[in-house]
Amino acid sequence: MNYFPDEVLEHVFDSIASHKDRNSVSLVCKSWYRIERYSRRRVFIGNCYSISPERLIARFPGLKSLTLKGKPHFADFNLVPYDWGGFVYPWIKALAESGIGLEELRLKRMVVSDESLELLSKSFANFKSLVLVSCEGFSADGLAAVAANCRFLRELDLQENEVDDHRGHWLSCFPESCTSLVSLNFACLKGEVNLGALERLVSRSPNLKSLRLNRLVPLDTLQKLLMRAPQLVDLGIGSYVHDPSSEASNKLKHAIQRCKSIVSLSGFLEVAPRCMSAIYPICGNLTTLNLSYAPGLHGNKLTKLIQHCRKLQRLWILDRIGDKGLGVVASTCKELQELRVFPSDPFGAGNDAVTEEGLVLVSAGCPKLNSLLYFCQQMTNAALITVARNCPNFIRFRLCILDPVKPDPVTNQPLDEGFGAIVQSCKRLKRLSLSGLLTDQVFLYIGMYAEQLEMLSIAFAADSDKGMLYVLNGCKKLRKLEIRDCPFGNSALLEDVGKYETMRSLWMSSCEVTLGGCKTVAEKMPSLNVEIINESDQTEFNLDEGQKVDKMYLYRTLVGHRKDAPESVWIL
Amino acid sequence: MEVGLKMGMKGGGGGDHVKEKMGFEETELRLGLPGGGGEAGGGEVVRKRGFSETVDLKLNLSSKQDTSGIDPNEEKVTGLTKDKNLLLSATDPAKPPAKAQVVGWPPVRSFRKNMLATTTTTEKSSSDESSGEKAAFVKVSMDGAPYLRKVDLRMYTSYHQLSDALAKMFSSFTIGNCGSQGVKDFMNEGKLMDLLNGSDYVPTYEDKDGDWMLVGDVPWEMFVESCKRLRIMKGTEAIGLAPKAVEKCKKRG
Repeated sequence: MNYFPDEVLEHVFDSIASHKDRNSVSLVCKSWYRIERYSRRRVFIGNCYSISPERLIARFPGLKSLTLKGKPHFADFNLVPYDWGGFVYPWIKALAESGIGLEELRLKRMVVSDESLELLSKSFANFKSLVLVSCEGFSADGLAAVAANCRFLRELDLQENEVDDHRGHWLSCFPESCTSLVSLNFACLKGEVNLGALERLVSRSPNLKSLRLNRLVPLDTLQKLLMRAPQLVDLGIGSYVHDPSSEASNKLKHAIQRCKSIVSLSGFLEVAPRCMSAIYPICGNLTTLNLSYAPGLHGNKLTKLIQHCRKLQRLWILDRIGDKGLGVVASTCKELQELRVFPSDPFGAGNDAVTEEGLVLVSAGCPKLNSLLYFCQQMTNAALITVARNCPNFIRFRLCILDPVKPDPVTNQPLDEGFGAIVQSCKRLKRLSLSGLLTDQVFLYIGMYAEQLEMLSIAFAADSDKGMLYVLNGCKKLRKLEIRDCPFGNSALLEDVGKYETMRSLWMSSCEVTLGGCKTVAEKMPSLNVEIINESDQTEFNLDEGQKVDKMYLYRTLVGHRKDAPESVWIL
Repeated sequence: MEVGLKMGMKGGGGGDHVKEKMGFEETELRLGLPGGGGEAGGGEVVRKRGFSETVDLKLNLSSKQDTSGIDPNEEKVTGLTKDKNLLLSATDPAKPPAKAQVVGWPPVRSFRKNMLATTTTTEKSSSDESSGEKAAFVKVSMDGAPYLRKVDLRMYTSYHQLSDALAKMFSSFTIGNCGSQGVKDFMNEGKLMDLLNGSDYVPTYEDKDGDWMLVGDVPWEMFVESCKRLRIMKGTEAIGLAPKAVEKCKKRG
């Protein structure tokens, strides 16, 4: 099979970046496997328990960049106990001891202790990039260690983490010699940072392209930072409250106008709507705008701002924008590809919410739309059918009706036909989240049409096991299936247990599967870990096979049962 | 606060015992089995989403506000009652609807929920201070007038409109040459000198910094944001307010 010397193949493989392709390459033959593994620099592990750090290191000794994901997705919504798992420490320890020259670590939904951050910072001389998304378990002390010890740090990106940061000295820990920063994002931190240290850091970071501040960075500091970093491409403003007639406001306007490269804007964690006009000069360049943490922006001030953003490709917004506001988006943002509309008041009366009208307007005005997350008051089949016709390019379609079982308010019918239209029209659909009143019928459609579907999230839907079966039988590319509060039981679960080996994971909570059913899966499929999560009073949990299981999470793995599960998790 | 209603598994060991926790399973309505009857066994139980029962009940509640006389053996009735209690406030027109809350719904990350909660409280307190988009009422006083008036600056979109309104308001009090005409002319620099020299009136305002400024210098929006109160001054007293205008007029000779 080898017509070329190894070096040539290596050179060819270097240009293959995608993980999927690399994986395919490694399966061709033994020598390709060998060459590929030595030249592999980046590895993505979607479930940290599917493989062990030791095996990773053994196979890819040249590893430079590792991405790890821990907790299941539904952990975001408080459905997983806090101590479930997903600890990064063993990985860092193993990598440190192996002599691997790790340069980049990207973690999502993992537990990261200060100890692990410290070990990380001291073990890899060339460490460049740390990205933590929705992680927890660390404090400002861990950040201080990273700042102090990673001499060539380029990226420190903290997204939506729960950080204990009452001591804000970490920023001062960047040594004077650190001039390599390209990206600094600490928007999620709640504590103060040393403003002087921040200014000096930015001043000595000529390559800084991305800067996202937290709420406690005052306006005058923002202005100074912008003056020192006019080359910024991505800016996250923390606090944005100023008197438009003041001197400070004028200085800020001037500073903002100098930043001609900014294409991404976010934050506004504190905002006075009347100040937004200072931003107008840079709006014309924006491709990404995230206002989803700024409930203070709504009405005219918001729509005026959006009207300046003609090049927008990605917009994250709160439902305060309203259907009318979405109409403005539709008529202004012709390049829009991704829209996320979050609920500003998840438990309120929903006066400010959007409805199907807003979505229809956007679908009509933005033909390039391919990714959607939409929290709304209501949805109709007619609207979904129209959206499906207008936007056949959806890759991600996630609809969340605030009342999870609401039917079409006009016809009082389930939303089967609407979602059916979506899956039929959007041939490239990879991710789908359903809500509203739904019967087995919608799953029949999904099984029939959603050929590229990789991730499906279902809640409060279906009438019977048939629903789940349609999906398992039909969606050949399914990787992640997460279900809550649906009447799916053992016969659906057990119909084709082999299927689960082709998937990353399956989550089922508040369904009809029993302990006996789960045990059967575990017995038949040793390559799966079947976890039962039971958070209720331990004494109630008896071993009756007929007992319904509160939460089940199963995933394929090459390394058997994990050893770090808490008491509330039982691995069958 | 959140009422964590778990859509959890059925009560251990079947039977009719009602859990303390508000379990939606209590409200389960089975297809074709309208009466009560035990939970355990009973053939094919096609369990509809518990939440939908809650929704159905919500719709029916207005006519059946019976919370008394519960037969604990009739599980279905008990369940219904439980939910009635739960949702009573939802249908009580006097109170705002308190939605039954299910754990993890809507699916919004806790981080985001917490952020918005903090942000909203901050916004509320700061927006009370600022004018925002609400009415901007300011006191208007005119020298010599027996009482003050109030105007909502947001009712107007230009100085012209404001001056018209003020003129109408104070027309009964004007002395001498002022009247509505004098007030209107404050935008006109030529006339300004006349106003300043004469006993005509000049509209001034106090801004956020506490300084008294001549009305008309800044763009309208900026004026609305910064104006705290208005005072229609006697021309003779207004000399110090418009040094530029005075100089310009002097230059013109």
